[in-house]
Amino acid sequence: MTGFALPPALRTVPWGMLVPLTALVLFGAAVLHSAAGGSMSPYAWSHLVRFAVFLTVAFGISLVPRELVQRGAYPAYGAVLLLLLGVEILGAVGGGSQRWLELGFIRLQPSELMKPTIVLVLATFFGSLSPGMMGSWRALVAPAVLIALPVGLVMLQPDLGTGLAITFGGIVVLFLSGLPLRWFIGGGLAALIAAPLAFFFLLHDYQRNRVLVFLDPESDPLGTGYHITQSKIAIGSGGIFGKGFGQGSQSHLDYLPEPHTDFVFATMAEEWGLLGGMFVLLVFGIILAWGRNISRAAPDRFSRLLAGGMTATIFFYVAINLMMVMGLAPVVGIPLPFMSHGGSSMMTNMICLGTLMMIDRWTRKGSNLPV
Amino acid sequence: MEKVSPHLLKQTFDRRMFVLGAVQGGVGLLLAARMGYIAVAENEKYQMEAESNRVNLTLIPPRRGWILDRNGSPLASNQADFRVDLIPDRMTDDRTEIATLATLLRLDEAQVADLHQKVDQSGGFQPVEVASGLSFDDFAAVSLRLPELPGVVPQRGYTRYYPTGPSVGHLIGYVGAASAEEFAEDPNPLLVTPGYKVGKDGLEKDFEQVLRGVPGARRAEVTAQGRVVRDLETREDVQGHPVRLTIDGPVQDFASRRIGLESASLVLIDCHTGGILSLVSMPAFDPNTFVGGIGRLRWEMLNTNDHIPLLNKAVRGLYPPGSTVKPMATLALQQLGVSPDERVLCPGGYRLGNRFFRCDAVHGSVDMRQAIEHSCNTYFWSMSHKYGYDAIAPTAKLMGLGQEFDLPGTSQRYGTVPDAAWKMRRYEQEWTDADSLNAAIGQGYVSVSPLQLAVMTARIASGRDLLPSLLFNRPKPLGPALPFTPEQFAVTRDGMFNVVNGSGTGRGVRIDIGGVLMAGKTGTAQVRAMAGRGIAGDWKSRDHSLFICYAPADAPRYAMSVVVEHGTFGARAAAPIARDVMTFLYDPGTAIDTLHRLETAWGGTPQQRMARDYSAFAAAQGVVVPPPRPALATTSPVDAEARLPETPAAAPAPTPAAVTAR
Repeated sequence: MTGFALPPALRTVPWGMLVPLTALVLFGAAVLHSAAGGSMSPYAWSHLVRFAVFLTVAFGISLVPRELVQRGAYPAYGAVLLLLLGVEILGAVGGGSQRWLELGFIRLQPSELMKPTIVLVLATFFGSLSPGMMGSWRALVAPAVLIALPVGLVMLQPDLGTGLAITFGGIVVLFLSGLPLRWFIGGGLAALIAAPLAFFFLLHDYQRNRVLVFLDPESDPLGTGYHITQSKIAIGSGGIFGKGFGQGSQSHLDYLPEPHTDFVFATMAEEWGLLGGMFVLLVFGIILAWGRNISRAAPDRFSRLLAGGMTATIFFYVAINLMMVMGLAPVVGIPLPFMSHGGSSMMTNMICLGTLMMIDRWTRKGSNLPV
Repeated sequence: MEKVSPHLLKQTFDRRMFVLGAVQGGVGLLLAARMGYIAVAENEKYQMEAESNRVNLTLIPPRRGWILDRNGSPLASNQADFRVDLIPDRMTDDRTEIATLATLLRLDEAQVADLHQKVDQSGGFQPVEVASGLSFDDFAAVSLRLPELPGVVPQRGYTRYYPTGPSVGHLIGYVGAASAEEFAEDPNPLLVTPGYKVGKDGLEKDFEQVLRGVPGARRAEVTAQGRVVRDLETREDVQGHPVRLTIDGPVQDFASRRIGLESASLVLIDCHTGGILSLVSMPAFDPNTFVGGIGRLRWEMLNTNDHIPLLNKAVRGLYPPGSTVKPMATLALQQLGVSPDERVLCPGGYRLGNRFFRCDAVHGSVDMRQAIEHSCNTYFWSMSHKYGYDAIAPTAKLMGLGQEFDLPGTSQRYGTVPDAAWKMRRYEQEWTDADSLNAAIGQGYVSVSPLQLAVMTARIASGRDLLPSLLFNRPKPLGPALPFTPEQFAVTRDGMFNVVNGSGTGRGVRIDIGGVLMAGKTGTAQVRAMAGRGIAGDWKSRDHSLFICYAPADAPRYAMSVVVEHGTFGARAAAPIARDVMTFLYDPGTAIDTLHRLETAWGGTPQQRMARDYSAFAAAQGVVVPPPRPALATTSPVDAEARLPETPAAAPAPTPAAVTAR
């Protein structure tokens, strides 16, 4: 910081994350431009506009003081839970499943909001829990209820992907909070036993089918396996350098399903090849490392858990989406952060980034709270 | 237990954060490795798959080779047309799509029912033809709505066209979409290409490989929905080789039409080469109506017709030859040493033991020539009783009866020329004198095909062992002269000459066209047991009417057999047909006048009558079919009328129809 001087307001901006992120979003816009058949509309422009809007929101979030966040955590959780309930009731009244609330200016998907909120509320819970309580059952029951309520509502919608994302975010906070390891091992074993049961009794037919097809995509090359097969063809045919910008036949000739949302990575890989893929992985690696560093450097338990949970939430999106398009996970309908076209996913991920920037700011301010 | 302190929790956090980071890094590496594997190691495979997604290779069915008559005029050609096919496998909603097509193409109920049946029965991959011969407007209407009609394929192509329709149905056969079995036998992708038709019967089937040609290929970039984005490149097809026949197109057409309402067959052979000029079996199917697949109703109609239009009677019909074998028998008798002048007294029948075989008339004293002329059974009974039929049967076989001939496109039945050994083999019974008597007049165990009768006639007329052939310029080598002296032949031919030109049974069909005279022999074959002549009663129990003949009588050129099922006396039904066909060969104008007069009485040409019958049949089944499309107004060089010197169509130069047809 000695060679050249940035204005003070810009000094706290995390350039190391923001520059790669912006590059990724611009790259995403280029891919969306191609997915729209070589046009900025309807995807690329709105993608960029949303990024600009939610980046502003993220900067806004980063200015929020610590006390306000802690005090607002439970009310926020309650509010989002109510919204989820509202969606469920609306769906029941309207007949059929519904995932969003039409608020006039925005189509709000409360389950998306729940992803950062669950991290926030659990971080708040553990941040205020006395360390001596960590080994007791109360340290587990309350968080379990906090997780189970929204997950249950989301699964009812039914939205398996978001349900898993919320669960994952919650469990990561629990894990980082220092709950005894044996509980996680026990829980893991229980999940191993419960998974087949859930598969046969809880999942919907289409969800079960997706899992089956994931295990053997070639069994149904024209049905559900079509997605995975076509995505692999797109990525595989791209090779090292790709077919060139705007030259992807899989996306342009409609063989690739959802080329602008869930399968945007395949659209990208077909035209930009392995090099494009490595760039995307690298940027996500930078962002996640930045998040982990903030978490480790955070001055107090609450901030640490909040930062770790937010990082994990972004990671979950990225990992599941990429595994899905490469045929390593079932098709669950989770978009790729910062590249897929879609407001809700952009909002959630930018809230996560904003929260991380906020914690980064707290740390820099030099908190004198006990470590 | 260790006391949990904030410091301890911070340590746990750092440790677990490290684990999480390691997991995230591990997943990142896994993803990178996976992507590298797909994009580099499996790149070739996926590139091929992407390419096979992108590029749709369509075979262009080759234009089928023409089938020509002896003058080089097409008996089967191809007509450019617009067509719509559908591939059941690619359809998403059968009912709606077929309903849409029915509206767009104005299909009637029967066609829609047929279509559903074909879709259900097809192997899925097998294209089903919806309609062909479409106007450009209909074609365009379907093309426009393709996005909502997955599996529907509009095509420009060629349709097989048989200018004379039913006249050549049995001779040439027909074409149709390959069945699943045919594809299994010959797994050539061409067979399942929409619009490609394989030969299903007759010459079309036998010469499939010659007629097929080489398919063209059209490569196009297509979307997942099958919409063509752009054409990449196209390879033209190579038309199949033509097959030229010995058939004389106009004669074939005339003979077919002259049969009229009868159930009959006619075979005309060139006595110089053995080439078959006409091979006719009527009623027949119109192969044009089979091109788009045989409709259910049409199939039912053809199958329920008691005149059996689906059977090629010229080669597969077996009949007792009746008296038409008598000229042949006189050759056998002369070889056995019977003098042509030896006389037999016909008191109106012949007594064998306590049975009396009744002759048609009291002929008095007859010699060999008169026995033929008047068809005196008593003469032949007496002779065969004396010499035994075993002495006559070898000559019958030598003349072609009971023989199978090497002819493409025909599946012949060869019938029976019985003898004692045959009867023992077949029935384990001794041959009796009564058997000899019956066989001598072409009854009893004897059964022959019209083709064999024509060959027999040609051999009597030419005196040579000639073999029938169908391929032009590739006559079968003529056998050696038959083991009869010219004098012996002369006696037999005299008898046949007198049948027509003397006071014989065929005197009613005498012709004299610029000195061309005809010789012949009538035959009346009993269908029921020998209990008097069946000339009345229901159609099925009436006698078959037969006639064999050749002309010119002094220098035979044409030999013919005519068999009219249940036509009663040979002279009544078969002989007039033979006379008119012979007349057509030498004086087409007169013959066509006769034909037109007759067709007016019968209610039009075979095509017109069949179209009417079909409408009536459909109406009886409660199905409304649209009025048949008017036949092409063009004339063809293989129409009977083409022989008329004053008709422009008779000119050998290609007509406009022949130019558009490729």
